[in-house]
Parts: sequence; structure tokens; C-alpha cells
Amino acid sequence: MSARDANESVKDASIQAAGRLGIAKTYKIYIDGKFPRTESGRYFEYAFKTGTGSANLCWSSRKDFRDAVTSARGAFAGWAKATAFNRGQILYRIAEMLESRRSQFIEELTWQGLSTLEAEKEVATSIDRLVYFAGWADKYQQVYSAVNPVSASYFNFSILEPTGVVSILAPEESALLGLVSVIAPVIAGGNTCVVLVSGEKPLSAVTFAEVLNSSDLPGGVVNILTGQRKELLAHMSTHMDVNALVYTGSNAEEIKTVQLNVATNVKRLILLKDWNRENPNLIQDTQEVKTTWHPIGI
Amino acid sequence: MAKKPIKKTIKKIAKKVTKKSAVKRAEITPLSFNTGWSYDPAPESADHVKLAKRYELFINGEFTAPNEGKYFDTVNPATEAKLAEVAEASEADVDRAVKAARKAYENVWSKMPARERGKYLYRIARIIQERSRELSVLESMDGGKPIRESRTVDVPLAAAHFFYYAGWADKLDYAFPGQRVKSLGVAGQIIPWNFPLLMAAWKIAPALATGNTVVLKPAETTPLTALKLAEILQQAELPPGVVNIITGAGATGAALVKHPGIDKVAFTGSTDVGKIIQRALAGTSKKYTLELGGKSANIIFEDAALDQAVEGIVNGIFFNQGHVCCAGSRLYVQESVAETVIRKLKDRMQTLIVGDPLDKNTDVGAINSKMQLEKIEEYLEIGRGEGADFYQAPCPVPKKGYWCRPTIFTGVAQSHRVSQEEIFGPVLTIQTFRTVEEALEKANNSPYGLAGGVWTDKGSKIFKVSSAIRSGVIWGNTYNKFDPTSPFGGYKESGLGREGGLHGLKPYLEMQT
Repeated sequence: MSARDANESVKDASIQAAGRLGIAKTYKIYIDGKFPRTESGRYFEYAFKTGTGSANLCWSSRKDFRDAVTSARGAFAGWAKATAFNRGQILYRIAEMLESRRSQFIEELTWQGLSTLEAEKEVATSIDRLVYFAGWADKYQQVYSAVNPVSASYFNFSILEPTGVVSILAPEESALLGLVSVIAPVIAGGNTCVVLVSGEKPLSAVTFAEVLNSSDLPGGVVNILTGQRKELLAHMSTHMDVNALVYTGSNAEEIKTVQLNVATNVKRLILLKDWNRENPNLIQDTQEVKTTWHPIGI
Repeated sequence: MAKKPIKKTIKKIAKKVTKKSAVKRAEITPLSFNTGWSYDPAPESADHVKLAKRYELFINGEFTAPNEGKYFDTVNPATEAKLAEVAEASEADVDRAVKAARKAYENVWSKMPARERGKYLYRIARIIQERSRELSVLESMDGGKPIRESRTVDVPLAAAHFFYYAGWADKLDYAFPGQRVKSLGVAGQIIPWNFPLLMAAWKIAPALATGNTVVLKPAETTPLTALKLAEILQQAELPPGVVNIITGAGATGAALVKHPGIDKVAFTGSTDVGKIIQRALAGTSKKYTLELGGKSANIIFEDAALDQAVEGIVNGIFFNQGHVCCAGSRLYVQESVAETVIRKLKDRMQTLIVGDPLDKNTDVGAINSKMQLEKIEEYLEIGRGEGADFYQAPCPVPKKGYWCRPTIFTGVAQSHRVSQEEIFGPVLTIQTFRTVEEALEKANNSPYGLAGGVWTDKGSKIFKVSSAIRSGVIWGNTYNKFDPTSPFGGYKESGLGREGGLHGLKPYLEMQT
């Protein structure tokens, strides 16, 4: 039985008539490689745009966010140290897992208001985008690194290193492609992240967490929260153990708020008006340049 | 009567000593430098430095009086004598400077062929070299740094920065493959007092090479070499308004940051002020780069060449009186060699000469200002209050002027304020560690992430430690080295963006993919 059947089963007379009650999926959040409910016990109901069916999603709290940051911080050292090849492999694996669940995502996208054609395109583009960034994982370093010809007897080189834990406010308007587009460059570069997903279209993100969970991605590298942007914006932009904030959208008031808040610990702020792009600069946005000197001598 | 017991005691001591290994003994016995002779004074002459009594603002290629007619004194911190008075730029003056920069950007600088732009930078570099002695002496007079440093580090590096970025001007298309680059417009730049001329070069050279124009505010305690640089810009016939230099204190800087006519802010200074700037820019589309404070860890492993490491410690914290954002102010020594390293360090500290910045033998000059000296002395009190052991080099210091003897704190805990907060003076905290993991844990336990040092003879350990330290610059078996080709800047609360090298171009460019 497909997820859709399960979800709609309560209201789908024909299935009930067949004597089979569907199993509806509980849409939970994803923290530290596990699927807890929000600690707050709060929920919001998401009514499917198809007219029938709904899901109760976690209305994540500040505490959930803080737990997610702890998890992301814990995962950072290992993920940053993973070989570039390994990170690329895992991103490719995510693409594979997504591909294998294409039909589920297409259906779920239609519940969130997309036509089947639009949904097919969104899923295909999302898979391809993951493959695109998987390929960059072991290449961007060579594009952006440098050996610096200092005028003394030293070997001096500059490389990129991930900036750390990244808060991501995922695009509101896109359930899957938006999510994939903001997560992929951040984790391809060895960062870990906490993502607040679209409030308008939150379903695919939870299902995408299931994909991540079956892709050899270490727990805590990506943490996914559903909830209200308005409520979590301040915490995501002020938390002292978050190194960077990726903001998507163009709400001037929100932008000013995050611009003010990032000063609490000199967070890097990446404002993405147009998130629907493919280029390695998106990886570079959450990277630091480290320069190392060593004498040349005996 | 006393003969016998003394002989006995001597015998006893001799027995004890022979039990210990000779090497061990040499390591822990303090050296005595009390040899009865000292260096003769070797002062650099200041005769050829021509100082006006009063300096105006440099706006639109001319020196012009400030609107409100206010001036402030700049003093020699080694003598407390007034060197000159300097104009204090008001909001109206900032506005004039920004407008001049905008006009120059739109009418001249953005239209000029890139190659010509580069040639101006080459000219500036050459004139800095030609006037290097004047600039070095003046830098030491106004800021208190030893002449040995201003003439071998500050001034040559300032010239080298202009040379380096001059060449980029007509090669920007090759810097960022796959992208088209565009200048931003007018850059507002605020620089600190620890490397006045060098910081001006760090800021101005990449900004001009990338096609921007500049309004620069030097620090209020060290404005003179920036004003000499203004003279150099005139000599180089740089078109009016391309670089404007306005002097003043915090209010002038705030007015510059808030001015709606600038497109970018580049700031070097404290983390506190950096955060204020970040907040001030919220709600605008101005870009910014921040080069902020630090509390960098210098880690000495037991297999390091210890004598070299001790030199590195000294250079890391006492260079420029410790007024260095990337100073190696937290020393971590592996427990097995801690006693030896601290002993050697104390020995070395006895030989440091603190005094006249213009004396060629001086190692540690004057503290930059009375205010900074008070801040450092407050931290010395805090450190002692927290229970750390305190040691200062026993050197004499002049009666007049602002001085702080090289200082170390041992028995420091990670939670002590002296090991957490940036002191910006010749004050070192020393802690020990047993394992690599412990060293890294302690080194990274800081809101800052500007620099770090690692001393070991084992290559693989250098790579492990240097990649695990969350900092923008790592020195392996060296410390406090700088070069125009070498990107510099911090992780975490030490700032964002890089200055120097190819990476230093990016903050002044808009990228178009």
C-alpha cells in the first residue's frame, strides 16, 4: 500500500469498502539520525491541496532547534574529516535513494499543490541536483585552493574548510527542490546543518529525511525541523554555536532581523534570493579559507 | 668555625648534582645575563621626518580643513610629547569624502582602463619604497613600535601589498573562473592603530585594484603615516577623490559606516566594534568584511626544537608589544617539556630590550596609548586576582611614556579571563597539556579563531594539528609571518572575509555567474 493510500485511507470510502484500513504516516522531525516528535508536543495540521486528507506535523520549538544544533555540532568533526570522495559517494547515494522513491515523492508533491507534470519535473531536477553537488565534493577544493608564492623561504597554502554548523531557512515555495538545493552545497562542503523546512509545503522534507536516513549519511549531519519560520527565525540566527545562516526569501523585515541577529557571534549570513542555481560558489559560501605556513629548511 | 659545615654542604650539593643528569641540570638552571655591560643607544635619527604642526583631511585630492574646525592631538607614546594636531572629521566631512569618492568612481576610476589603474598602484608602491625611511621612523614615533619592526615589516610589506595588487588590476578575469566580476563602488574602510600604514595598504590596494574608490579612516592614535600616504598619493598623481583619508575617532567611523553612499565596509579592529558595525549595516545592502580580535593558541609539543620554539613564543606574543590581532597569546606546552620551555622563555625574556622605539636594538617598544596601557594593566590585575602566577621580564623601562614589561602568567586555567579575553598587549598565558587531543580541545575552546601556532618535528602531527585548529591562519614551526600573497582572516568571532592574495580580491567584487 502506498503512502498516499495510507494517508487518505480514513476518508477513502472505496478502500474502507475493501475492508482494508490504510496505515497513515506520522510526519515527524529528524534529529541526530532519529525521528522524534517535537519535545513541545505541539502540532499543526497540514491539509492536502488535493482536497482530501491531512497530516499533523510537528510544530518544532526552540528546544528542538537547540537539540538539533547539539546533534549537528556533534556530527561536525566526523563529517568535516570524512574524505571528499566519501562525501561525494554519500551525496550520490542520497540521489540513488531519492530516485528509487520517485513515485512516492511525485505523489506527495501533488498533495502539496503541484500538478503531476510539475511534480515529476521537480523530483527529477532534485535528483540531478544531488548528483551535481555529489560531483563537486572532491573538486571544489582544487578550484578554490591556492599555493601562495610568499617572498621568503616558506611553503604557504590556502585551502577551504567547512565553516561549521549551519542554520538553513529552506525556501517556502518549494517542497523538495528548494530543500535539496540549500542542503546539498552545505553538506558537500563538510558542514552539518539544521534546516527549518517550508511551512507552506512541509511534507516532502520529512520524507526526504527518510531518504537521508537510508543513505549512509551520518546522523546529525542534516537535521530537519517542521514548524514556523516566524517563531524559529530568531533562535536560528542568534544561537551561539551556529556558525552560518542560509536565508532564502525576500521578506525585508526578516532579512533585517537576521542581519541584526548574526552579529551575536559574527555568523556568516548567506542571503539566497535565487536558490535555484547550480554552481560551486554555493559551496564556497559556507567555507572558510585557512592559510598554513611552514618554513622550508633543514 | 664555619669552615667545616660549609664544606659539608658543598659536598652534599655536589653529590646531589652529580646524581642528576648533566642535561637536566643545564635545562633548569636559570641563565644569568648580569654581565655588567649593556648596549649603547643606537637611535635612528628622526631629523628627516618633516612634520607639519597641523594635518587637515584629505578629500578629493586636497588637504582641507574640517567643517567644524575641530582638531585633536596625536602623541608619541614613548615620550608623551605631542607630534601634531589632526583634523577631526564630522558627519559633514564624511559626507564630503564619500561624495568625492563617488564622483571619482563614476567619472574617472571605473572608466579608466584596468591597466592604467594598476600603474597608479605601482607608482604608489615605488614611492612608499623611496620614502621608506621617513615612513618607518614616523610609524615608530606615532605608534610606539620598534624601528626594527617598522623598517623590516610594516613599511616593506605595505609597499609589497601595493605591488602585488597593482598587477591584479588588469588580470581580474583570470581570478575567478566561470564568473564575471564587477567593482562595488565606494568602500568605507576603518583601520586600527597596531599596523597603521600596513593596514592602510591592506585596505586600499585591493580596493583600488578591483576598481573601487575609497574613504579610509585611520585610528585616532596613529593617523600620521596615513596622512603621509595621502601625500604619496598626491605625488603619484592619483586622480582626486579615488582615495580620501579622513581622521577622527569612533564617531567619525560610525558616520562612515552609516553613510548611505558607501557600498562596502572593510573594518579591522575589535570584535565588539565589529559586531556594532554588523548591526549598523542590518537592513542595508552594503557588503562588509571584518578582521577582528583573536586569542590565538601557540602549541609546543615535546618533540619540537625547543630553542626555536621559544623564539617563536617570543615573536608570537612580544612582537609589536603584543598589539597584534593574531598574537600567540595562549601558550600550550606539553607537560613533559613545560618546565624546560618556561625556564628557557624566562631566560630569553631577560634579554629583551624594552624602550625607545627609535633605538635599533629595541625589541619591545611603547604601548600605543595611555588607554591601552590602562587596559593591559587592568588585565594584569585580573590575572593575579584569578590566582595565576605572574612573571615579568626584569628589564628597566623609561620613566616617561607608556610601557609594559613582557609578562607571562603560569598556572592559568582555561576559564580565567586572561586566557579567554583578548588583552592586546605583551601578556602571555601558559597552560600545559598531555595529549594532542587535549591540546586541540583547549586551543579550540575560544570564541575566536584567527590564528594558531604548532611546534613539532613531526610532519604528520603538524598536519593533524593545523587542520584541527579552527583558525584562519596556522603557522607551523614559525609565527607571525605575513605576505601580500597570503590570505589572512578569521574563523568564528575573529571576523569574516579574507585580506591578501587572490582571496583578498573577492570582498571588493560582485560576482556574476
